[in-house]
Amino acid sequence: MALLQISEPGETPAPHARKRAVGIDLGTTNSLVATVRHGLAVVLPDGEGRPLVPSIVRYGEEGVTTGYAAMARQSVDPHNTIVSVKRLMGRGLADLDDDRRFPYRFVDAPGMVRIATRAGVKSPVEISADLLRALRERAEVSLGGAVDGAVVTVPAYFDDAQRQATKDAARLAGLPILRLINEPTAAAIAYGLDNASEGVYAVYDLGGGTFDISVLRLSKGVFEVLATNGDAALGGDDFDHRVFCWIIEAGRLPPLSPADARLLLVKSRAAKEHLSEHDEAPIVATLSDGTRIDLTITRDIFTQISANLVAKTLAPVKRALRDARLAPAAVKGVVLVGGATRMPQVRRAVAELFGQPPLTNLDPDEVVALGAAIQANKLVGNREGNDDWLLLDVIPLSLGIETMGGIVEKIIPRNSTIPVARAQEFTTFKEGQSAMSIHVVQGERERVSDCRSLGRFELRGIPAMAAGAARIRVAFEVDADGLLEVSAREVTSGVAAQITVKPSYGLSDGEIARMLQESFAHASADMQARALAEAQVEADRVVDAVRTALAADGDLVDAAERADINEALAAVARLREGSDAAALRSATEALNRGTEPFAARRMDRGVARALTGRRVDALSD
Amino acid sequence: MIDFSRNHFALFGLPPRYRIDDAALDAAYRALQAEVHPDRFAGGTDAQRRIALQASARANEAYGALKGPVSRAQYLLSLHGVDAADEKDTALDFDFLERQLERREQAEEAQDASDVRTLESLHAAALAEARELEDALARELDREGADFAAAKPRVRELAFLVKLADDLDAMIAVLD
Repeated sequence: MALLQISEPGETPAPHARKRAVGIDLGTTNSLVATVRHGLAVVLPDGEGRPLVPSIVRYGEEGVTTGYAAMARQSVDPHNTIVSVKRLMGRGLADLDDDRRFPYRFVDAPGMVRIATRAGVKSPVEISADLLRALRERAEVSLGGAVDGAVVTVPAYFDDAQRQATKDAARLAGLPILRLINEPTAAAIAYGLDNASEGVYAVYDLGGGTFDISVLRLSKGVFEVLATNGDAALGGDDFDHRVFCWIIEAGRLPPLSPADARLLLVKSRAAKEHLSEHDEAPIVATLSDGTRIDLTITRDIFTQISANLVAKTLAPVKRALRDARLAPAAVKGVVLVGGATRMPQVRRAVAELFGQPPLTNLDPDEVVALGAAIQANKLVGNREGNDDWLLLDVIPLSLGIETMGGIVEKIIPRNSTIPVARAQEFTTFKEGQSAMSIHVVQGERERVSDCRSLGRFELRGIPAMAAGAARIRVAFEVDADGLLEVSAREVTSGVAAQITVKPSYGLSDGEIARMLQESFAHASADMQARALAEAQVEADRVVDAVRTALAADGDLVDAAERADINEALAAVARLREGSDAAALRSATEALNRGTEPFAARRMDRGVARALTGRRVDALSD
Repeated sequence: MIDFSRNHFALFGLPPRYRIDDAALDAAYRALQAEVHPDRFAGGTDAQRRIALQASARANEAYGALKGPVSRAQYLLSLHGVDAADEKDTALDFDFLERQLERREQAEEAQDASDVRTLESLHAAALAEARELEDALARELDREGADFAAAKPRVRELAFLVKLADDLDAMIAVLD
C-alpha cells in the first residue's frame, strides 16, 4: 500500500485545492495534533518543537492556559488546574469510583458532573473544548489557515455518552469534525498502511486513563475490527496512584492537602517513568508543612504493587479474542499503543499472553494521532496515491432497552460492525395503554441497574387497544461515529417519536448553542461573522460535493433535473458573495434537498458497480 | 432509491443457496462497502451522507445474516415463507433433545469440577455435530425442488447446537 509515499509536487490532482485536515488524539494525559504533509503523517509540534500537549487546563486570574503552561502551575493551584478531564467525560458524580482522587470542587449536575473553578462552573465538555481549541490553533498556525476537517479519536471502549461528550467538545471548540474514530483503530491505520500488512493484529492500548484492546483483520486494504474490549477507567494514572499510595505508606504520611497530594502524584508519575529505564527511582519532595520525603522505590516493588492492574488488562484481551473466535496464536502481531505500554511489566505480560514480542516500532505516544491524520486526510478528500482502503469498526458495548422487571432486551449486540440499524417490536401490556416509556441502555449485563442509562423517551398518543394488540417498533441506528439514534413508532397507527440519545449524559443542542454564544458574548459582530463563515464553509462543501457528483455521474440526471440543480447552485453562488448567513443556509439546504434523488441513484449505481466486481479487482491489487 | 427489497444473496451477487462461498461473500461485502460506506461521503451533502448510512447498514445486516450458518439457514427459509426463527415454536426431536440434555448435564458437572478437558471435548463434539447438520442442510436445501418447510427441524437443531457450543466456550473461558 503506497499511502505514505511521497508525492511529487504538482501531482496533487486538480481541480480541488488541497484541504487542511488534522487528526487529534485527545488523551487523558497528553494530546496531539497531526496532519498529512507531502504524503507523510506528521505530528505538529509547538514553537519549541514539543509534540505533546499535556492535557491540562488552568483557569487562572489571567485567563485560560493549557498544556505545559498549565502544568507548571498544577501543584500551586490544584482547584483551578484540571488534569485527566477525559476521565470525567459523559460521567455523573455517582459514576466516579473515587472522587476523592481528584482535588476538584465537584458540582453534581444532572447528566454530567461539573467542576467549580475560578472562571465559573465548567463541564468536562467545556474543559475538553479548551484543550481542543489550543490544538486547533496550533494546527492553524502550522498549516497557515482554518482547518477544513478534523478526526478526533476516542477510546474504543467509550460508551455512547462519552462519545457524544467528545463530539460536543469538538463542536464547541469550533472544529469541523468529520468523524470520531477509535484509538486502537487509528493506531492500526498508521501501522498497517506503513507496513502493508495482511493478517490478524491485536492493538493493546494502555493510555493515561483508559485501556482498549482491539482485534483487527487487515486484508486487501480493508481494516476490519473483529472485536474490541477494554476498561474505560484504567490507565497509567492508576499506576501513578499505586506509587502514590506506596509513598504515603512508606513515609507514614498523614492526610495531605490538595496541593501536597498533587505534588506527590507528579513525583509518582516521574518515578514510574524512571522505572521503565532504571532498576530504581528516587522520590524526593518537601511538603507544605516542611516534611521532607526521601524514598527509593525499586522496579520489583513497583511490579508487585501494580501486578493486579496489569492483570486487569489481560481479562479484556481474552474476552476480545474469544469474541473474535481466535486463539492468541492466530494473532500475527501485537501493536503497543499509549505511553503506559513503556512499562516493562506490561510488555512482559503482553508478550507472555500472545507468545511473541509486541511491535513498538512507531512511537506509542504518537501513533494514534498519526492514524487519525491519515483518516482525516482521506475523509476530507485529499487524494494521496492509493487511498483505496476502508475502515470497518464496531460498537464496543451492546445497546438495548428496558423491558418488564428491569431486564435488558438487547437490540444491537456488542462488536456489531457500524453503521448498523436494527428494529424490534414490542407491545403494550395494559388494556388501552396510551403511552410507552422507552429507556435506552448500554452494557452487557442483564439487569438495567447494571448497565449505563443513555436516555429515556416516551411514545405518546397510542390509540386505545387491547393489551398486547399495539405493535411498537423501536428502531436503533448507530452511525459511523458510533453514535446512537433511537426512534419508536406504533405500527398500526403510525404514531412516532424520535431522539438522538443524549438527554441524560450529553449536552442538549440548546446548551451547546448557549456555550458557543457565551464564548462570543462580548462581540455580537464576532458572532455574525462566525455564523456567516460557517454558512460559507457549509455552502462550499455542499457545492463541491454536488459538482463532484455531477462530474462523476452526470448522466444520471435528465435535462429538467439538471436545470433545477444548476438553478440551486446558482442561488447558492449568488448568496455566497453576500453577508446574509440565514439566506445562504437555506439556499444550501434547498440544494441539499434538490439533489436527494440524484444521490440515491448514485448509490444504486455504486451497488451495481460492486456487483459487477470492478471494485473487487481494484481492492485486491 | 437503493433497492432495499433486493434479497441478501442478490445484494452480493450470490446464488440463493445454503452452501456459500465464504471468500466470494467476503469479497462482495468489501466491494459493496467500498462503494457505499459513509467514509466515502464524509464531505458530501446531507442526502448523500444519510443514504450512505442506510446503504452501509443494509450491507452489514445482509453480511451478518449470510455469514452465520444458523442465520443463513433461517434467512433462506424465510425467503420461502418458512419461519424457522419463531421463538414460540420450540419443538425438537425427542432423541436429539435427550442427547443434548445429557451433554448439558455433563457440561455442568465438568464445570463444577473445573474439568476443562471434558468441556473441550464436549465443545468439539457439539461443533462436529453442527458441521454434519450444515452438510445435511446443504444437501437438503440446495437440490432441485427442495422442501424448505421440511428442513425446519434441522435448522432448529443447528441453532440449538451452535448455542450449546457458545455456552461451552463461555464455560471454558471462565475456567481458563
